[in-house]
Amino acid sequence: MPTHQFDAIIVGAGGAGLMAALYASKGGANVAVVSKLYPTRSHTGAAQGGIGAALGNLEEDKPIWHAYDTVKGGDYLADQNAAMVLAENAIDAVIELEHMGLPFDRTPDGRISQRRFGGHTSNFGEKAVPRACHAADRTGHMILQTLYQQCIKQQVRFFDEFHVVDLIMNDGKTAGVIAVELSTGQLHVFHAKAVMFATGGWGRVWSVTSNAHSLTGDGAAIALRRGIPMQDMEFFQFHPTGIYKMGILITEGVRGEGGVLLNRHGERFMEKYAPNIKDLASRDVVSRAIYLEVREGNGINGKPYVYLDIRPETVNRYFAEAGDSRRIDREYVEKKLPDILDFCRTYLGVDPVKEPMPVQPTAHYAMGGIPTNVNAEVVIDADWTVAPGLYAAGEVACVSVHGANRLGTNSLVDLIVFGRRGGMAIADYVKQADFVPLPDNPTAEIEAELERLRNSKGKTKPYEIRQQMQELMMANVGVFRTEELLQGAVDGLKELRERYRTDLIVEDGGMQFNTDLLEAWELGCMLDLAEVTALSALNRKESRGAHSREDYKQRDDENWMVHTLAYREGSDDDPSYRLDTSKKVDLSLAEEDERFKPKERVY
Amino acid sequence: MQVTFRIRRYNPEVAGKDKPYWQEFTLDDVEPTDRVLELLHRIKWEQDGTLALRRSCAHGVCGSDAMRINGVNRLACKVLMKDVGTKIQVEPILGLPVLKDLIVDMEPFFEHYRSVMPYFVNDDPPPADGRERLQSQEDREKFDDTTKCILCACCTTSCPSFWANGEYVGPAAIVQAHRFIFDTRDQAAKERLDILSAPNGVWRCRTIFNCTPACPREIEVTRALGEVKLAIRKGSPEGVIKV
Ligand SMILES: Cc1cc2nc3c(=O)[nH]c(=O)nc-3n(C[C@H](O)[C@H](O)[C@H](O)COP(=O)(O)OP(=O)(O)OC[C@H]3O[C@@H](n4cnc5c(N)ncnc54)[C@H](O)[C@@H]3O)c2cc1C
Ligand code: FES
Repeated sequence: MPTHQFDAIIVGAGGAGLMAALYASKGGANVAVVSKLYPTRSHTGAAQGGIGAALGNLEEDKPIWHAYDTVKGGDYLADQNAAMVLAENAIDAVIELEHMGLPFDRTPDGRISQRRFGGHTSNFGEKAVPRACHAADRTGHMILQTLYQQCIKQQVRFFDEFHVVDLIMNDGKTAGVIAVELSTGQLHVFHAKAVMFATGGWGRVWSVTSNAHSLTGDGAAIALRRGIPMQDMEFFQFHPTGIYKMGILITEGVRGEGGVLLNRHGERFMEKYAPNIKDLASRDVVSRAIYLEVREGNGINGKPYVYLDIRPETVNRYFAEAGDSRRIDREYVEKKLPDILDFCRTYLGVDPVKEPMPVQPTAHYAMGGIPTNVNAEVVIDADWTVAPGLYAAGEVACVSVHGANRLGTNSLVDLIVFGRRGGMAIADYVKQADFVPLPDNPTAEIEAELERLRNSKGKTKPYEIRQQMQELMMANVGVFRTEELLQGAVDGLKELRERYRTDLIVEDGGMQFNTDLLEAWELGCMLDLAEVTALSALNRKESRGAHSREDYKQRDDENWMVHTLAYREGSDDDPSYRLDTSKKVDLSLAEEDERFKPKERVY
Repeated sequence: MQVTFRIRRYNPEVAGKDKPYWQEFTLDDVEPTDRVLELLHRIKWEQDGTLALRRSCAHGVCGSDAMRINGVNRLACKVLMKDVGTKIQVEPILGLPVLKDLIVDMEPFFEHYRSVMPYFVNDDPPPADGRERLQSQEDREKFDDTTKCILCACCTTSCPSFWANGEYVGPAAIVQAHRFIFDTRDQAAKERLDILSAPNGVWRCRTIFNCTPACPREIEVTRALGEVKLAIRKGSPEGVIKV
């Protein structure tokens, strides 16, 4: 069995993993990045609209306003101390990216250009403020490229196309990870003092999603199986504007540049739901509005979608009406949103400069995940007990800065801020920590599981189970939820898990690039996370942020200003989950400033 | 609509499949707007689980699924059935060793990429006010096109000069170098131009133009290569690109 030894292993090479690797390495740690994709294929590269930081390059802005928007956007479930760390570190983080060479768009005076984005305001909700720093509509691409380039410069060690399938713990302490080398099928042991999961989200649990095929929640599922709880899994964001049926994201930047949502009567319906900032209300609000419009028969052609309109004539008309001095033209749209235009022209044959785009909510972002503190250390209970040597950052982590609903541009900040803090924490930790000895035969369990899958000779192909799970989650654990729907999901998922265990067929029995086998393994991860999501949602009897219960329509601050922690118990063949709701939300800003106290959220 | 696929297969582990061969598949109920990637998925998921290919984002931004589709380098996720017709031939990109079915060894490609110093170099201390380095909109525009590269290898593996000589760094690496050479904030243009004027650098380019139409990001690859050549002749990137 090939065994490697490093001070630290970073699992995942998206924005969070690369930033952590860079900082751990600069801090003197011997680190390796292990990734199932080539680093530049990571989904951070798909992020479009921008990274939020109160630089104030175009209009006055302050970190405290950014923190306020984050807390309010999160429907008061975000930990306020963490939200403040995010907002304050954001400025530095973005400037640092620029110093690393990131080619941001520029203002006329040569500074980083900023645009408006949903939920980002100045002066505690007064008006929309340009806070999203961007490089056209490929900000994530530029972040991913820049960080990878810096890692090459820093000579960080990479294991590309190594698929991590297990976490090695010895007596509750982190000892390393196990990965399948895709090209040979061989298992490798990575013995390390510190391990960070930076494996991204799991949008592929739902049928309509903006997420890559590879976003199957592996890191979260592996941690869960090794006894780490999942926090706030009921909060999964549906982004309001995915391309109809396909789910491909149309950035909120379109609305930031003045685009508007219209129903079949040509009515700008967001005026009804968010009279103040309208189309730039936060995502949960806009997604619900679209569902309600469709339910009232206002969808286009009787179908479950609405229009997103960025045609200059439409946008300028609304600007004029609102007394806004901005005006846009075709060239401006081409310059600021080139990829969006390309997607629509390629996949829909629609030219957004001439026609509106058909959009529907699309499963987009996991607010929940592996619980951590602000140094990316994994915490395993309501008392913030740290799991020694274990770290998580990026979408897979739940700090929690996003609470019940993430604001646009705040994930990219999260990656950079907490990736960096985690990288520094790891560099410090490995200086004083010893290697935890590897247990005897560390690969025995996972090897047995992979062999079982490789030799599955049942009747159900993985895609059948996957599709059924995705449809079920879309219908029952989507934008609107009820007891009945959620219970239905829990029951349905149990059945699917049973079929997965007893009736699966994997056709490829080989070793090299056995993507059939690994897709089946990923499906197992998604089934676990889907179940935890449905159970957590069933348990939370209130509506908050992205978790909207039609049978409990109100937010209930009396009982539910708490995080959900879901623990896996029982055997892997027949797991059950225990939910703990004793972890209180941090309200430290509210203690000093009335404006941070939970109140009704209006936009 | 019915579509037939002809796919180049190869599996070194299985006797009888360890020499490249063609296999046909038929799919029913195909929509003209289906992506070729979706159709390959249908083949893999419904008919033959052993089919191996790389993919991730499914909308043309990650660069995983470059392949030769009806003889042309494409991202499978960025071509629709209606663009290629009902008879679709798919094979791995050329010039890199095939490992299994549509999967090629990308290491030589990334090695070339790493050889051109594909990272920002500026050793001056950042501005004293702790803020960003300034750059005018015009200077930013000069290298905008080449920042779009996703390292999919469509250009490099469509280049006859690269097919003939795998040591040639290839258009993708040059595009990546261009992105830094013409960035006014960067200080290592000279080193990169030296690297690219070596025998396996940019002069291997014979301006055959295959690369430009191959680029799924619509980068004007040949033009970027021309600008690098001009900068080498002038000994500096200055004044090469006018906006
Ligand atoms: C279309 C789209 C647009 C977005 N736009 C914005 C935006 O404008 N602003 C914003 O703030 N946020 C945006 N987001 C959200 C943001 O981009 C993501 O949340 C963020 O990029 C996630 O980064 P990450 O580093 O956590 O993970 P990813 O970038 O997803 O990377 C995950 C990494 O983990 C690796 N990995 C996964 N599983 C394994 C395994 N088992 N073994 C080994 N490696 C593994 C993968 O190879 C990959 O390298 C957008 C998201 C999408 C989908
Ligand atoms: S799958 Fe990402 S480019 Fe095609």
